[in-house]
Amino acid sequence: MKLIRDYSVFLYRSGCLAFRGDWRYYLWMGFLSVLCLVGLNAYAKQIVHGLIVTGMSDQVSWGVYIANFTFLVGVAAAAVMLVIPVYIYKNEELHDLVIFGELLAVAAILMCLAFVTVDLGRPDRFWHLIPGIGKFNFPGSMLSWDVIVLNGYLLLNVHICGYLLFCRYRNTKPALWFYIPFVFIGIFWAISIHTVTAFLYVGLGGRPFWNSAIVGPRFIASAFTAGLALIILALQIIRRVTHYRIADKALLTLRGIVQIAMIINVFLLFNEVFKEFYTGNLHVASANYLYFGLHGHHALVPWIWTSIGFNLTAAVLLVLPASKSLRWLDLACVLAIVGIWIEKGMGLVIPGFVPTPLGEIVEYSPSLNETLICLGIWAFGFLCYTIFLRMSVPILQGTLSQAGENAPEPKESSNTLTQPVS
Amino acid sequence: MHGDNCQCSGPKCNSSGENSGQMDRRSFLRKSGLMATGIAAIAASLAPLRELTDMTSVEEFLQKHYQELTPEQMNKALDRITREVERQYSIRPHVRDLKPMDGVEFVYALNLTRCIGCRKCVHACVAENNQSRSPEIQYIRVLKMPNGTFDMEKGDHNYAPESVPEKGFFYMPVQCHQCHNPPCVKVCPVNATWQEKDGITVIDYDWCIGCRHCEAACPYWARRFNFTKPSIPKDQINPDMAYLGNRPRHQGVMEKCHFCIQRTRAGRYPACLEVCPTGARKFGNILDPNSEVSYILKNKRVFVLKEDVGTLPRFFYYFDV
Repeated sequence: MKLIRDYSVFLYRSGCLAFRGDWRYYLWMGFLSVLCLVGLNAYAKQIVHGLIVTGMSDQVSWGVYIANFTFLVGVAAAAVMLVIPVYIYKNEELHDLVIFGELLAVAAILMCLAFVTVDLGRPDRFWHLIPGIGKFNFPGSMLSWDVIVLNGYLLLNVHICGYLLFCRYRNTKPALWFYIPFVFIGIFWAISIHTVTAFLYVGLGGRPFWNSAIVGPRFIASAFTAGLALIILALQIIRRVTHYRIADKALLTLRGIVQIAMIINVFLLFNEVFKEFYTGNLHVASANYLYFGLHGHHALVPWIWTSIGFNLTAAVLLVLPASKSLRWLDLACVLAIVGIWIEKGMGLVIPGFVPTPLGEIVEYSPSLNETLICLGIWAFGFLCYTIFLRMSVPILQGTLSQAGENAPEPKESSNTLTQPVS
Repeated sequence: MHGDNCQCSGPKCNSSGENSGQMDRRSFLRKSGLMATGIAAIAASLAPLRELTDMTSVEEFLQKHYQELTPEQMNKALDRITREVERQYSIRPHVRDLKPMDGVEFVYALNLTRCIGCRKCVHACVAENNQSRSPEIQYIRVLKMPNGTFDMEKGDHNYAPESVPEKGFFYMPVQCHQCHNPPCVKVCPVNATWQEKDGITVIDYDWCIGCRHCEAACPYWARRFNFTKPSIPKDQINPDMAYLGNRPRHQGVMEKCHFCIQRTRAGRYPACLEVCPTGARKFGNILDPNSEVSYILKNKRVFVLKEDVGTLPRFFYYFDV
């Protein structure tokens, strides 16, 4: 009972922190909240009028919602690239940073769930998806697998983060049996979320562009690149706005991992391009549309070449010793994130629909309303991640702890956030 | 988050010790003011919801999956649908839940030698099956193909000449192939679409969540999504309706050809067949060795579309000559 009370107090106190900060914090949070509300407003319009307010059609029946979803599943899965070095190879520098990766995974999964929800024609019937109450087509449907693995991954990460932070808050040593098994399950689970997401596409025999065994491995490689690049950037922001110490050495360790992931990613891309164009059978139509345009339609061509340019530049930068300086590393990370976002979004989802199985070419571009909803969800994700960091950094630094519970108000923590542990 | 003291009013309140009661009140007022602003902002952003006219009734929201409905629950559901149609279209429909017949498996055969591409089938289907007129939803797509190829990329979907047929082309109508191994059924996360005993793949419009995975999975582009509320002129409603067939659909769900379940399960031909001026369309029971379709499958040069995807369609094409 006491534990439950303690845990609620812990949640309440760290929750209160989310509402405190300096003017920059308020500005940032205010900005994100406004974007969230704009997105909510756009979604309300979509609820009323239906998905007709998007750029989607019967010909291109998935668009940027599913594209962002696919990308973000990768970001969530990438947290595992911090977990593996720490828990399997006992890497010391990264040890304290794992939790930031896992919190990013939580935020990314929340965004994924939001993106799938806004893509549903009947969100009011979501309960049909709940095993037990609804009617769940398991194991036949890959989407039902996705529902399980995504929610499972969310729970795993919430449990691990929550438990470790709570222990730090109480200043007790975490019981190994209560989190280590979950960490190891989490490693396999992370791979599974992106594999299952790839299988949503790979399993469709009527869409040759997706029906290729390499899509799954490519998903994983690009996810580890983009996700880890995002973590590298996030860690530097954390280092800058708080006084949480993050060594350059840790960032350079991550650079080593992104380097390899990026090289594998480019290699797999090359494999796919070779197979499509060297064979040159009729199934190359979608790839042709994507890279060169088809029968006078070439909406995606500038996108994919930008993406390829960014990816190759990032790959070269990451390989060169120049990226041992953080400025170049950051540039490489930004290029990799944008490049992969385009490639997983416009480059993977859309061309699968063009031409249609009956050979019709209908192009897609997102509508304004659709874009606003996407922005709203991204802002929601950043809002969540900021709140998670706002709660966890003082706990990790020891400025918010159970010992300080009886002090008049934890208000001082908003000021001492940046001061060394007393 | 650099902690300069002056940024946050919190510590100041604390430092002014004796006035803390007053300060508490002020901070309380400030907090409730902020909260009210927040709630107002959320309410304002949700304002478009006021235009929501077609609200889901509690009855519909809680309704179970088609295959789990007891006969009484089915009667209630049919009643509800009757009432809804009457309210919306001012016409009293005859809604039935028609079950598959024993010893019947439907098969369609289409004679490419005879089809002239007049699209009469397309429009008869729209009228029969209460499809949305705006935006337009059609279950049948007719391709105008140049002689000498089956590459559908070379097909024309939007041909509009003075008169058909045109020399040098043949016409290929495509609709749901009612596959024996349907990819759409496999991918549906909630079993909202399934294959019935008579070979027809149906959709429970009250169960579909609108994820459109089936639409991506179909190799024949046979499925359609209601991107918005379907609109049908009141005087064009077909009142002879079936639960799994042509009853009006809601916004946000899938639909497709169901071999005119409301007709064929009652012993009639599909609307597209009846209207065809050339007799290119044949329909019947493949389990009956004396049926027309059995004869065609045994004696004509028959093929199916995209045999390589392994869907085993119940929709066959053939040539006369």
